[in-house]
Formats: sequence, structure tokens, C-alpha cells
Amino acid sequence: MFEDLSSKLENAFKSVTGQARLSDINVAETVREIRRALLDADVNYEVARSITSKVKEKALGQGVVASVTPGQQFTKIVYDELAWVLGEEKEEITFSDKPPTVILIAGLQGSGKTTFSAKLAKWLKEQGKTPMLAAADVYRPAAVDQLKTLGGQIDIPVYAIKEKDAGRVATEAVAEAKKNARDVLIIDTAGRMHVDEYMMNEVADIKKSVNATEVLFVVDSMTGQDAVNTAKEFNEQIDFDGVVLTKLDGDTRGGAAISIKTVVNKSIKFISTGEDMDSISPFYPDRMAQRILGMGDVVSLVERAQQQYDEVQARKLQSKISSDTFNLEDFYGQLQQVKKMGSMKDLVGMIPGMSKQLGDTEIDDESLKPIEAVINSMTIEERRRPQLINGSRRKRIAKGSGTSVKEVNDLLKQFNQMKKMMKTMTKMNKMGRAMEGLKNMTGQQKIN
Amino acid sequence: MGLLDKLGFGKKEEKLQEGLEKTRTGFLDKMGKALVGKDKVDDEVLDDLEEILITSDVGVKTTLEVIRRIENRVARDRFISSSELQKILKEEITGLLKEHEPDRPAEFEAELKQKPHVILVVGVNGVGKTTTIGKLSNMYKLAGKRVMLGAGDTFRAGAVEQLKIWSERADVPLIQQGHGADPAAVAYDTVASAKSRGADVVLVDTAGRLHNRKALMAELGKIKRVMGKVVDGAPHEVLLVLDASTGQNALQQALAFTEVVDVTGLALTKLDGTAKGGIVIGISHEMSVPVKYIGVGEKIEDLQVFDRARFVQALFEKTVAGSS
Ligand SMILES: Nc1nc2c(ncn2[C@@H]2O[C@H](COP(=O)(O)OP(=O)(O)OP(=O)(O)O)[C@@H](O)[C@H]2O)c(=O)[nH]1
Ligand SMILES: Nc1nc2c(ncn2[C@@H]2O[C@H](COP(=O)(O)OP(=O)(O)OP(=O)(O)O)[C@@H](O)[C@H]2O)c(=O)[nH]1
Ligand SMILES: [Mg+2]
Ligand SMILES: [Mg+2]
Repeated sequence: MFEDLSSKLENAFKSVTGQARLSDINVAETVREIRRALLDADVNYEVARSITSKVKEKALGQGVVASVTPGQQFTKIVYDELAWVLGEEKEEITFSDKPPTVILIAGLQGSGKTTFSAKLAKWLKEQGKTPMLAAADVYRPAAVDQLKTLGGQIDIPVYAIKEKDAGRVATEAVAEAKKNARDVLIIDTAGRMHVDEYMMNEVADIKKSVNATEVLFVVDSMTGQDAVNTAKEFNEQIDFDGVVLTKLDGDTRGGAAISIKTVVNKSIKFISTGEDMDSISPFYPDRMAQRILGMGDVVSLVERAQQQYDEVQARKLQSKISSDTFNLEDFYGQLQQVKKMGSMKDLVGMIPGMSKQLGDTEIDDESLKPIEAVINSMTIEERRRPQLINGSRRKRIAKGSGTSVKEVNDLLKQFNQMKKMMKTMTKMNKMGRAMEGLKNMTGQQKIN
Repeated sequence: MGLLDKLGFGKKEEKLQEGLEKTRTGFLDKMGKALVGKDKVDDEVLDDLEEILITSDVGVKTTLEVIRRIENRVARDRFISSSELQKILKEEITGLLKEHEPDRPAEFEAELKQKPHVILVVGVNGVGKTTTIGKLSNMYKLAGKRVMLGAGDTFRAGAVEQLKIWSERADVPLIQQGHGADPAAVAYDTVASAKSRGADVVLVDTAGRLHNRKALMAELGKIKRVMGKVVDGAPHEVLLVLDASTGQNALQQALAFTEVVDVTGLALTKLDGTAKGGIVIGISHEMSVPVKYIGVGEKIEDLQVFDRARFVQALFEKTVAGSS
């Protein structure tokens, strides 16, 4: 449905060829595309406007980097801006030096507070803490049941009372935690609308009465334009310390993250990526920026490729391909390059459309192992002249590498396909595309 | 809204209006003035209109569509009065929203063709499915229908207990097999009991699931299919619940759920906040599916039959967080 911004930009630039500077191209149109992409990603209207004006400023007059297309360069400017807005690095939660550390969880209805409270407890427990949960949602039907069930699953005590008094649950839970030497108390509260004065006062009062160490605002990552209103209001009422972005296992772009960060300037501390108790992780601004742009990481692929890739080697490779002498030895060398650049999964994720194409297939560094093993079992002669590899050699290689003849056959077949493909690629210094070919190959390896 | 008024729910109408008091910088008046006697819309006015629609989550595509339509109308008709222009603007947007279908009425007292009339409720996590079922069962019950509920969310912690409390509040029977049971078996069971006990309306809850989860979506397809084995044509309605605060992703949700279970109507919840839920305009238009209900709170009576004109009017009313 949504086109990747990077491919949109590539298209926008297609009509203008041979330009030397970004200012030569139609910046206005490009900026419009970017703005639209941000709005499609649910970045707030005002926020999107301010981002695009900054991007425009930066782009104008910037010299073109020879090895990347203007589209890629523009994407990088937008990406840098988003990553900058989202914050430099992940921020941890604060622990009190006088236990228990009290963590108050608040947010709109259905955002994922209760689930997150339990996950956080489990996460902290795994780090050696002794957390306890408090069920301070006294309104939603079966809210206490829900938290108690989750507490049971992760083996963490849940403090609850019969009376419908959220303030009391919270304060009593603090005392209970102290008594039982629990060093972290996580208080789950009812979902509430930011415009509901009574409920907003309630949570503000709880914050005060328990002297919360850390207040986390839980937001559904699918939230649209209204994210700015809710974040602003919650921030005014409870001055939260961090944001939790939930349901990122969906396919939402998550532009709300940008909106919230911009209006309240509080860091996003955790993300939640599923209903199970282990789907919790710290927040990485760069990944989020990539996600919002829907671009995979063209940018860092370009950057890393430039860093790692030796120009000389690149030229050698290019001439080898055009003269049709690219062989398995070169391929093996390329594999090592890829490995140097990062894990396979990361690399696949960095190529737009690639992860989608592969669907649920897991690509990990493990999938490279059989390929390496096969190549390792060949003689130097065989690597240089793969056409030598006949039936009996295949058998020997399979045996030596602990694979099957079929696997050896597949590798050779795919190598030939790849070679053909590479030959047709005109611009071989575009490392990105070569990578793509490689990725296609290992991807198929796993699927077959 | 006749029935709601009769039942003393007129208050709710006020509740929605309360939040709508602050007008969006008098946009409609401004637009009127800027346009009188002209045959072209000022850029400034279009910018304002764009901002209002985008910040209501209408989305870029639908916003451009609305603007195109307004421009066409202005070029063709040439306006004489600002009130006429306002009317046309609202008309154009309202026109994008599909009307309720007569064979699946949204009014609770209306006669239903099938007996039992089976409604499957679906949606992503936490949007308000279970709560909406609670509210709907109450409405149907108050309208004199015999209602039955099925606890098809056997996955989420506390889900069955939650629906059980709603069934007690509305005083309607609940069919359940507890946590961990096969949801399709629960659905089958519910529809079968409803048939044998002569219920008029059956509402079956399902676990929240993200639309990109293939296996979970397939499970939903199965839940739907087994219902049809008990009662012809069941489910007669598949209600997709959308959260008004959701942005553009709601469109993906609608597309994916429709593909698997053929959504027949939408329920838009949590309109008691400041979110406008504008995404339903594009969804209703593109997928030709009506919005049937809106949720305006957490209480059992906080449900209204969707009214297109009022919804569109609300887009032009500004609510500022914190101001009351
Ligand atoms: N797919 C997915 N579902 C989630 C995630 N976090 C929570 N959920 C689900 O979202 C729904 C709502 O989660 P809850 O934890 O009950 O949300 P809440 O904020 O406590 O809700 P209220 O207490 O009613 O305001 C449940 O179905 C959860 O299983 C997530 O990261 N991914
Ligand atoms: N303010 C407000 N809250 C609502 C509305 N509808 C539902 N809620 C609240 O939203 C939260 C989630 O509602 P549920 O009915 O549990 O949502 P669900 O879709 O069944 O959730 P899962 O089964 O976990 O996927 C609860 O706290 C409800 O009270 C509404 O119209 N307005
Ligand atoms: Mg909760
Ligand atoms: Mg539910």
C-alpha cells in the first residue's frame, strides 16, 4: 500500500538525469513527497511541516556524493533528521537508591499497559531484580484477573485488594513491597482519556502519594494525529519520564513516535512487540527512523558499504564480472565482506522490499555456514573454474562439507544465476545492488 | 437516534457536543467568506481544509479527494452564500461515507431477517471489541431481543472473565469454554445453543489480533466458517472494531480483515477523547462498508448509532486537550 519513501524519491528523480547538485533537482516536489510520506506514516501535521522545512534547508546546496544517487542522499537527510529528533541513544529507567523503585504505568485505554507491566516485571526479574506488581486498575472488568493471570505465568506476586480504590492499592502495595523486600514495584493503572479530569487527577495523585521513581506513558504505535494531544496532556498532568511504544509487531509506520518526542521531548524507553511476555526491548532511534520512512536502511547500507568496501577491490570485481571471470573464490571473498558489515538479518532488513519478499523466512548468519562449508571443501582450482565441478567432484564436496549433493547443485546453480544477473548490472560500483544479488541468493538457499 | 432518546440516552448526545464546543478557528465561516462569488478556491482556504482533514486522520489520499471534489463543485456552481458552501463541503464528505445497509439495520429494535442473527466481532488488540459487545448486547436486550454471547477470546489473560462481567451487566447468557479452548469450537457451540434456545441475536467475541499475523487471521477465517455450518449465512454481520485514535494503519486493518472475514460494518470506538477517527471516511468509501456504531465511553450506555452528518460536523469542531 505505502510505497517506500526511498523508492518514491528514486522515481521522483528519475526524470532528472545527470544532475550534479541536489539543488539542481526539483526540491519542492521532493519535499512534497517527503511530507506526504511522513503524513502517511502518521507523523503529526505540524511536526511533519517542521521536519520538511529543515530537510529542505539542509538539502539545498548540498553537494552530491558521487557514489549515491540523489534519491538516496535525500533519503539520508530525512533519515538523519528523524533519527536526530528521536534521540541519540537508548535511555534506561532510573532505579531508586532507597528501594523499592516505584514504576507507575499510565496511558489511554487499550494501549497495552497491563501486558507491558507484566513484561517489564519479567524483564527486570531476569536482570536480578525482585519485582512486584500492583493492580491499581479498579474499573475495567476483570483487569485484576488479567494482571493476576499474567503474574502467575511469570511467577511474580501481584498486589490487589477487593475495594475499588486505586490510590489505596498503590500506597498499600508500596508498603507490601517494602515488607517483602521487593526492590521494584510496578503499578498498573486503568486506561484513561486525557480529557477525563477526574481520572487524570487520580493518576496524578497516585504519582504523588507513592513518590514514583519512574512514570512511563504507554502508547499504541498505531496512534495517528491525536498522539500529540494525548502526550501533551498526560505530560502536563503527570510529567512522565519515558514513553513505551507498543504493538510494533504490526505493520504500522509508527510516526506517532516522532510526534510525541517532538511535543514533549521525553525519550522512548521501551518497545513492545507482541502479546507474549518476552516481547519487550529497548528502543533504538535509528531503527525507528528507518521504520517510519519505510525504507529499510538504504542509508546505513550505503554508509557501511562505503566504509568497508575497498575501492580497488571493487574495481577488480567489476572487471572480473564484465570479463566473465567472476568465480567462486571472488564470491567467497564477497561473503566475508558481507559478514564484516554485520549480521545477515540486519543486511536483509536494510534492503527495501527484501524482508517483505522473504516473508517469514528466517535469514540468519547460520544460513551462510553451509555455503561457506561447500566452498571450503572445493579445491582452489574448482573455485576458480566452477565448470570443472562434475558429478564425482560434487559428491566429494558434499561429503567434505557435510552437505548433500543437492545443496552443492543448488549453490552452483544459484551462483551461475547470480553471475548472469551481475553481468547485466551496469553500475557495479553500486554496492547496494550487488548485496541484493547476494541476498537473493542466500534467501533462496534457505527457501529451497 | 429515536430509540436512544426514548431510553434516556439523550445525554450522550450532549456529551459528544460538549467536546465539540470550540470550533476549529471558525474555519467554516472563513471558508465561506473567502469563497463568496468566486469560482476558484483560495490556496489559503485549501491549506486550512487540508490541515483540518489531515489532523483528523482522514489521510492524504482521501483529503486530496475531498479537495478535488470541492474544487470541482466550486468551479461548476459558483457560490452565492457561505452557508451554501458549508453545506456543500459537508455534503461532499458525507457522500464518501457509506449508508447503513437495510438488511443489517443499526437500529436495535428493527426486525432482523434471520433468527438467530449472528454477529462476529473482530479487530486488532485493545480496540474495544469486548466492551462494544457488552454495550451492543445491552442495547439489543433493551430493544426486546433475546441476546446470547460467545466467549471466543480464549487467548488473552482475563478475556473470558471480562466478557462474563459484561454479560452479567447486560443480563444476557454467555456461552464459554474457558481459557485455552478452541475459539472455533466456542463459536460453533454458541451459535448452536442460540439456535436451539431461540435467541434473536448472537454476538461472538474474538481475541485481538494484528492483521499481519497470517496464522491468527486464518484462525479467524475458520471461526467464521464454522458458524455457517450451524446457521445458514452466519455470521450475518462481521463487525470490525476500529479505535478512533488509530492513524493510517486502520486502513491496512480494514483491508486485511475484509480479505479474511468479509467485514460488513465498522464500529468506531473511543470517540470520547479528542481523536476524530477520520480514517473511517476513506475506509468506508474505498471498501464500501458502513460505519454502524460509535463508542463514546466505557459505560454500558456509551454507544451510539453512527450518524454521518454529525460525524462530519464534528470534524470541523475543535477540541483542545485539557480545555473543558
Ligand atoms: N500484538 C500486540 N499486542 C499487544 C501488545 N501489547 C499489548 N497487546 C495486546 O493489546 C491488548 C490490550 O492490552 P492491555 O495490556 O490489556 O492494555 P491496557 O492498556 O492495559 O488496557 P486497559 O487496561 O483496558 O486500558 C491485549 O489484547 C494485549 O494482548 C504488543 O506489543 N503487540
Ligand atoms: N474511553 C473509551 N474507552 C473504551 C471505549 N471502548 C472500549 N474502551 C476501553 O478500551 C479498553 C479495551 O477495550 P476492550 O473491549 O477490552 O478491547 P478489546 O478489543 O476487546 O481488546 P482485546 O480483546 O485485548 O484485543 C478498555 O479499557 C475499555 O474500557 C470507548 O468507546 N471509549
Ligand atoms: Mg489494563
Ligand atoms: Mg477483548
